Amino acid sequence: MSRSVSQSRQVRWCLIVAVVAVWVQQVDGVWPLPQQLHQSPDRDPLSPRLFSFTYGRDSAAQTGCSVLDAAFKRYFSIIFPDFTTGSENVLQYMWSEHSPFVVSVSVKTRGCDGYPDEDSDESYTLSVSEGQAVLRSVSVWGALRGLESFSQLVYQDDYGTYFINKTEIVDFPRFAFRGLLLDTSRHYLPLHAILKTLDAMAYSKLNVFHWHIVDDPSFPYQSRTFPDLSNKGAFHPFTHIYTPSDVMRVIEHARMRGIRVVPEFDSPGHTQSWGKGQPGLLTPCYKGSVPSGSFGPVDPTVDTTYKFMESLLKEVKFVFPDSYVHLGGDEVSFACWQSNPNVRKFMEKMGFGKDFTKLESFYMESIMNMTAALNKTSIVWQDVFDYHERIPQDTVLEIWKGAKYQAELSRMTQAGHRVLLSAPWYINHISYGQDWRDSYAVRPQNFSGTDEQKKLVIGGEVAMWGEYVDATNLSPRLWPRACAAAERLWSNEEKTLNADLAFPRLKEFRCELVRRGILAEPLFVGHCRHEYDGL
Amino acid sequence: MYCLLKCAPLILAVAVCHGWLFGDFVEKQKELDEISLWPLPQKFQSSAVAFKLSPASFQIVHAKQSSAGPSCSILVNAFRRYFEYMFGDLKKHEKSRNKVYDSDLVELQVWITSADPQCDGYPSLQSDESYELSVDKPSAVLKAANVWGALRGLETFSQLVYKDDYGANNINKTEISDFPRFAHRGILLDSSRHFLPLKVILANLEAMAMNKFNVFHWHIVDDPSFPYMSRTFPDLSQKGAYHPFTHVYTPSDVKMVIEFARMRGIRVIPEFDTPGHTQSWGNGIKDLLTPCYSGSSPSGTFGPVNPILNSSYDFMTQFFKEISTVFPDAYIHLGGDEVDFSCWKSNPDIQKFMAQQGFGTDYSKLESFYIQRLLDIVTATKKGYMVWQEVFDNGVKLKADTQIHVWKERPQYQDEMAKVTAAGFNALLSTPWYLNRISYGQDWVNVYKADPQNFTGTDAQKKLVIGGEACLWGEYVDATNLTPRLWPRASAVAERLWSDKSVTDVGNAYNRLAQHRCRMVRRGIPAEPLFVGHCRQEYMGL
Repeated sequence: MSRSVSQSRQVRWCLIVAVVAVWVQQVDGVWPLPQQLHQSPDRDPLSPRLFSFTYGRDSAAQTGCSVLDAAFKRYFSIIFPDFTTGSENVLQYMWSEHSPFVVSVSVKTRGCDGYPDEDSDESYTLSVSEGQAVLRSVSVWGALRGLESFSQLVYQDDYGTYFINKTEIVDFPRFAFRGLLLDTSRHYLPLHAILKTLDAMAYSKLNVFHWHIVDDPSFPYQSRTFPDLSNKGAFHPFTHIYTPSDVMRVIEHARMRGIRVVPEFDSPGHTQSWGKGQPGLLTPCYKGSVPSGSFGPVDPTVDTTYKFMESLLKEVKFVFPDSYVHLGGDEVSFACWQSNPNVRKFMEKMGFGKDFTKLESFYMESIMNMTAALNKTSIVWQDVFDYHERIPQDTVLEIWKGAKYQAELSRMTQAGHRVLLSAPWYINHISYGQDWRDSYAVRPQNFSGTDEQKKLVIGGEVAMWGEYVDATNLSPRLWPRACAAAERLWSNEEKTLNADLAFPRLKEFRCELVRRGILAEPLFVGHCRHEYDGL
Repeated sequence: MYCLLKCAPLILAVAVCHGWLFGDFVEKQKELDEISLWPLPQKFQSSAVAFKLSPASFQIVHAKQSSAGPSCSILVNAFRRYFEYMFGDLKKHEKSRNKVYDSDLVELQVWITSADPQCDGYPSLQSDESYELSVDKPSAVLKAANVWGALRGLETFSQLVYKDDYGANNINKTEISDFPRFAHRGILLDSSRHFLPLKVILANLEAMAMNKFNVFHWHIVDDPSFPYMSRTFPDLSQKGAYHPFTHVYTPSDVKMVIEFARMRGIRVIPEFDTPGHTQSWGNGIKDLLTPCYSGSSPSGTFGPVNPILNSSYDFMTQFFKEISTVFPDAYIHLGGDEVDFSCWKSNPDIQKFMAQQGFGTDYSKLESFYIQRLLDIVTATKKGYMVWQEVFDNGVKLKADTQIHVWKERPQYQDEMAKVTAAGFNALLSTPWYLNRISYGQDWVNVYKADPQNFTGTDAQKKLVIGGEACLWGEYVDATNLTPRLWPRASAVAERLWSDKSVTDVGNAYNRLAQHRCRMVRRGIPAEPLFVGHCRQEYMGL
């Protein structure tokens, strides 16, 4: 009896080897591509009933670590979607001789209750061998990245059996700042649309949610200090706002996924909606010698403005735990300032002559100093630097203007500033065809400058401005197009320059996103095993 | 329409005295902002007098004189559907139904005037979709010859209802007399390049009805996959679909689509495109496609349908016999576009056949030869046919009632429309309405500006333009992004095809369309925004 069993095992083993040879190509689908990835055709079947995550004995974090406990739960359902829905084939597990599989996670430092930040170590190593996987990282954030990679290594064969191949991964991000901008002012985005986006960001290893929360059209951020801002400035004071608890929920949802939330309160331009709830904040525009009734940018000539901004920024510091805050500073129209006699008087007093860029710089400098006094790092759009190169050294500059961003990278880094690149990743701009290839071809450090300068490029951001985007079309417009930048910001550039080679992997990844409930649009003709069946 | 224009000053004078408001609602008082009819009816008058509607007591009923009654399932279903569109879930109002509410308007009477209301029929090219709607205290009356006009009128009525700032439902005193400018107002969906789950197709039929579209052009198969499950040739989908079970349309799926469409007054015209665009057919039918040659031996790849074998025509005969019974519409789209001749050219048997037939080296003659035989086959099934413009361009002999579908950018579509109609054929326009092509910004404006009758030709020629279709080809579209990509951009086509030619004011259209897209969102269709702004009720799905 025992003899015959061992014989049949041998036969099966032979079969597996034969099958594996055919299937090797199916298991290289990790997006973004890890820094080092070695796989062998040897594979292990995984049974959800015999699968577990566990904390390694030497791990600083153990059960009770909020971030990882939640991640284990999350990734279990991601890896075995049909297990949780109860439609699995029970017989399959009775007949097969699956053995247990344990994913052991060890982190060096605890930090389960903190927030990810600019210095977070996201590196990890993952070793998958027979019956187990060992995931090691310095921080819980690195463990999250490793769990994501692990989940992408698991695949199902035609009979529905889950497999994972013997794999060794050593991985770390190329850039520390890998952001995605959503604009909740031009259209209000319901909370669930934001949370879903955070999910997909984690799948793509993006780690900063740049929340362009307010702008000209509406002010949905509900401020405790200045409730009138959203009462009067939101599209609707109750249905189209983010309450403090909404904001907390976003921050916590993001934290659980190792994502920082950096809010943007853009001023002095882009503030029309602020004016509704904060009389006296905006500059009254003049027509000849009388106010025209319309308003321009924030009025930089009066003390009340700075008092208001200080109170608002204090609240922002209190509400948003991240050490960065985006202060905007882009696209300030000078026409209104020019028309206003008080502003002109102020210009004269300050000796600015007719140079309104000096007035803007004056305003931005005050705001940046305020921010620094609150122990926050400012990010500003490139305009601020373009007008006035002498700005506080630790200010992070973000490039958004399309043309000649390489030259801008050189100039900014030469001035010693840390820089974020967004210009080539304005993916709200759509066109017919596979435009992800343009995003993918971007080389953020391909500009003339020293190695030191190159290091000052801390990352980049995908921007989804809201003129034509709301909850109805946000997801398919973002995904998988944002994945191209995600790989550029995470992976080794030399290994990922060829878009044709990336194509099948991205195609597979977008099907995986769809399977996970993200409405990621197709790259081209074809199909997914599990099509999106919602609406 | 001429009459209306001529009489307009007179009516205007009278109407102004009586407090009527004319023309565009949008620039009038605030409460009228909410109305935003789309597509704009041919003739309407609306007054500022508003009536309250209480969901608890309002009813949609058959008029006493109506030839249709409770057994008319199309209407009964439509009554329920539109009640829910206007007031939300029925159950919500159950509790309050006993209470007495003030309702100025207690009912909408639907009056079908012709002896046969066509409750169990299918809509057709000849269907009369006109209706008259009169909203006044205490009853509104919707008059139509048959159910198809009634469906359009119900949609209009539902668009007239708006909520005031206190959440109460209002409708203004209104008179509408409406009919479509073109009889064929279509949407093409491509379920071959990507499989579209049934849900998505049905949702789009819903959205079509909201925009008074009346033809679903189902480009059901093509090169990449063959999801149509054929009873006669099950191997077609078994071997030609992306997946033989999950990525197919079973006979009952197809039936469901047809019935769902019928309920909304929408025709379903399937397209089985040949002889090109047939790679997926070859997987299931041996020897159907032309073997391509590399030098003197077959290369292993295949080209268009093999036009020189009798077996090809035998297959088509059986296949289209099935299609003609499965799809009730009087028309089938036979494709005929983009036939690549290189494979035919490479094949020595084809070369021999060409010589025998005296075609020389003109392969369009071979294509014509195929199409002509195919048309005979389809004619024998008593169906009419639509074909893409190449079939006409190549000089294939066509039946007089053939509909030529214009899609190419060159030559200019205006010239092509002129040529097709000069030859006496019915013409359909799609060229300016390839909505799969996207660009940044408000591209609906150009879609809106295109007019199918904007070509040089006689009045008789203009009359041969039976309409047009918005096409959403599937290269980059599947269930994840189809609906927001199509809507509200296709709505621009809807108004062009329904409303009077003179309705061309983009500013006015923007305001109405922005509201209309919010209405679609409220009804569960994820229609994307036109520009910055908001809807009272944002999309809550995902």
